[in-house]
Amino acid sequence: MGIIKVRKYHQAKWNEPIIFQLNTPDERGFIIPYFNYKKKINVPNKIKRDKLPNLPEISQPKILGHYLRLSQETIGGNIFIHGEATCTMKYNPKINEIISRNSKITELHPLQPIETIQGSLEILYRLDLFLREISGFDKYIFQPGSGAQSIYTMASIIYKYHKVNKNYQKNEIITTLLSHPSNHAAPKTRGFKVIDIPPDPETGLPDIEAFKNAISKKTAGLIICNPEDTEIFNTKINEITKMFHEVGALCAYDQANVNGLLGLVRAKDMGFDIGFFNLHKAFSSPHGSGGPGSGAIGVIKDLQEYLPIPTVEYDEKNNFYYLNYNLKYSVGKIREFYGNFNVIIKAFAWIMSLGEIGLKEVSKTSILNNAYLTKRILSEVKGIDISFPKSPYRVSQTRFTFKKLYEETGITVDDLSRRLADFGFHTYHSHHPWIIPEPFSYEPVETYSKDEIDEFIETLKLVVKEAYENPEFVKNSPYQSSIHKLKDLEMLNDYKKWIPTWRIYLNKYIKR
Amino acid sequence: MKMITKKKIGFILNPIAGMGGKIGLKGTDGIEIYELISKLGLEPWSPVRGLRFLEFLKKLDNNLKIVVYSDQMGGNLVKNIGFEMISITKNENKKYTSSMDTKIAAKKMLEMGVDIIIFVGGDGTARDIQDSVGINIPVIGVPAGVKMYSSVFASSPETAAKITINYLNGNIKKTIEAEVLDIDENLFRNGIYRVKLYGFLKIPYDNVYYPGSKIPTSENEELNQIEIAQEIINNLDNNIYYIIGPGSTTKRIIKNLNFETSLLGIDIIKGRKLIGSNLNEYKILEIINKNKSKLIITPIGGQGYIFGKGNLEISANVIKKIGGKKNIIIISTRNKIYKLNQKPFLIDTNDKELDERLSGWYKVIVGLNEYMMYKAVPSFNLHS
Repeated sequence: MGIIKVRKYHQAKWNEPIIFQLNTPDERGFIIPYFNYKKKINVPNKIKRDKLPNLPEISQPKILGHYLRLSQETIGGNIFIHGEATCTMKYNPKINEIISRNSKITELHPLQPIETIQGSLEILYRLDLFLREISGFDKYIFQPGSGAQSIYTMASIIYKYHKVNKNYQKNEIITTLLSHPSNHAAPKTRGFKVIDIPPDPETGLPDIEAFKNAISKKTAGLIICNPEDTEIFNTKINEITKMFHEVGALCAYDQANVNGLLGLVRAKDMGFDIGFFNLHKAFSSPHGSGGPGSGAIGVIKDLQEYLPIPTVEYDEKNNFYYLNYNLKYSVGKIREFYGNFNVIIKAFAWIMSLGEIGLKEVSKTSILNNAYLTKRILSEVKGIDISFPKSPYRVSQTRFTFKKLYEETGITVDDLSRRLADFGFHTYHSHHPWIIPEPFSYEPVETYSKDEIDEFIETLKLVVKEAYENPEFVKNSPYQSSIHKLKDLEMLNDYKKWIPTWRIYLNKYIKR
Repeated sequence: MKMITKKKIGFILNPIAGMGGKIGLKGTDGIEIYELISKLGLEPWSPVRGLRFLEFLKKLDNNLKIVVYSDQMGGNLVKNIGFEMISITKNENKKYTSSMDTKIAAKKMLEMGVDIIIFVGGDGTARDIQDSVGINIPVIGVPAGVKMYSSVFASSPETAAKITINYLNGNIKKTIEAEVLDIDENLFRNGIYRVKLYGFLKIPYDNVYYPGSKIPTSENEELNQIEIAQEIINNLDNNIYYIIGPGSTTKRIIKNLNFETSLLGIDIIKGRKLIGSNLNEYKILEIINKNKSKLIITPIGGQGYIFGKGNLEISANVIKKIGGKKNIIIISTRNKIYKLNQKPFLIDTNDKELDERLSGWYKVIVGLNEYMMYKAVPSFNLHS
């Protein structure tokens, strides 16, 4: 047991220029030896540049300093608890990082003869076997680079399936308002009409009657999370998937919220036909902006021929792994090659180190951690309630509401998050739409200790106390963090003001 | 030297707004109430709210010109705060102010070319301003009334100040038409408490602080309406008469078909042509006669009424004639649905049996190829 206290913290704050502003003409980070850049190289005219690319010219120490200073201004999962809910920000074992950076992996070329990459193919194949065991599905591929791309892949499979079966009228996908927004956006991008099912205002679960009224002969499929982002597990899931199967629709499962279900519930047993795992979340590879992602798509036997190509197969007789491009109804390529291999390696290593008992322990511990956190927050923190109180049991995270705090002090969850950043915490509110007022979500995954969770709760209590005693102080936070409070929130919604690149910055704000 | 003209804000304070709440009345209209309030020695409520607005406004921008109607209707507060001020009337120090004063004030301010009108009051004050200036000038309500069903109020006096400044300095460029709602006085005299749609005011549209409730959103209200109109237009059947109910979402369809019409009336389109505007029940029945017809309606913001408020012309007879639920198309921006806080749509056709038959789930059009299932229930189930 450690001593529970609120930590003192002050983040670095630099007025660091954009790297393009560090440009000094003719300054070099590295001079390529023996290279005569004046020598003519035969480049076809149509792809030849008119002028040199506008890249900053900077020396090595300046680059190093620049990026180190920027790194001091981030909040990272390796420095402190990072309970950003719905993101499953768990500890990423460093040994797995080391494995994934082994030159035997980094120096592979995706077009190498397969005789020379038998070990890598074996890893892909065995990871496929592991995930089959966890989900109940019959085949996995790892091509998508993110969760949203995985959902797009599932929508593509549903699309192709109905096309092959000549169900041309099937052009509607049904999802729920509290599933991840990509479950709505990705099928729409694939060309489907999309219907949202709202939650029952009492239980928070999608209304069965609404499903009944939405399902028709036009229904192509269901794409849903379970639990949804409120983390209420839907025990009626089999009833729902059955309704879809009765009209010939497919059921697709977004398993983004799987951290409390590993080894405890299987996708196939809930009636799903397709599903994906984010290897970059529950399977311990760094998530989101922290690294490349990887979506593992699994299907039932009947849909195997629809998967993106290639699949990895094993010829037992000759003990030989190979790539199979020969799928009858394949949706084709979703992304180049076979997946983000360094993510796949980390997930594989993680599963190997835990085994069946370990995976179950991951889920049970994350549920226990969350139950403990939820209980303490609800009994000790002022101004907070659980959303949908009729469903008090949540899986591995809880969506709270700070509605009361807002009404009593005017302090929003946005204000609270900024103040919590002063203590090094990163918290999360909710995906859009915000149908739960002043939403607040925290996900104390299995890797955090009771001491760390206690420290978060103590800090939250302190900040809420400040909100009641001196709301202006909280409103104007943060004070110890690198980042200021945003002045112009409207700007976030105005794409005309966005600056995604240096060139756009110059065009929008300097040159005109 | 270039002269920078100061931005002008019209400021209308209803000095007795909100007092009804303290003496158990629904709203404060009429001179008797004035006397009752002074007899009871009650502290006025709306000046407190108005002061909060002005104080915060001054913090944000000191360099504004405020136009007021009289000392009593905000002038005193503006002087105390120390803004530059123009008063429309000589201060004869009237004992009472009435709704007529509000109407004249708004009209005069419009004529003087103020950039925006801020009023401090409730639904009654909003109605007076709507009566007087309609959607000819942007307006923001500082919430200070007993009843605030209308969608024209900011969530707090401070928010109202923020929106005002953001509008004046160009950070907010868009305006939308927002519903002015109030209780139906005729029914109220008979002891029935019902909310009615009276018209629309133009408000600056702020995605971050959406008036009425603070729901941060990534949605763009106008784009959302355009999307919905496109969805409807894509699926128009040239053999069907479409009865279009009131509201800015529904009227976007007509606008995108290049016709002009009013926000509040009932229109009919067929074959992409507007064939009737501002129709009453009788006219609607006459046009649709025995023809195949459908109804396109949008819920009233904040309240969620789909029938019975603002569209009384679409009577029980009309609804029966078009064939009931299966021919009713409900459209709504997503924000409007989220603002209902998960409360169902309400139906009040004044025909209980029909209300029951219309209740249930609707596949509401919320975008282009995008829908949301939403439940409608008879309002008598809620107002017992």
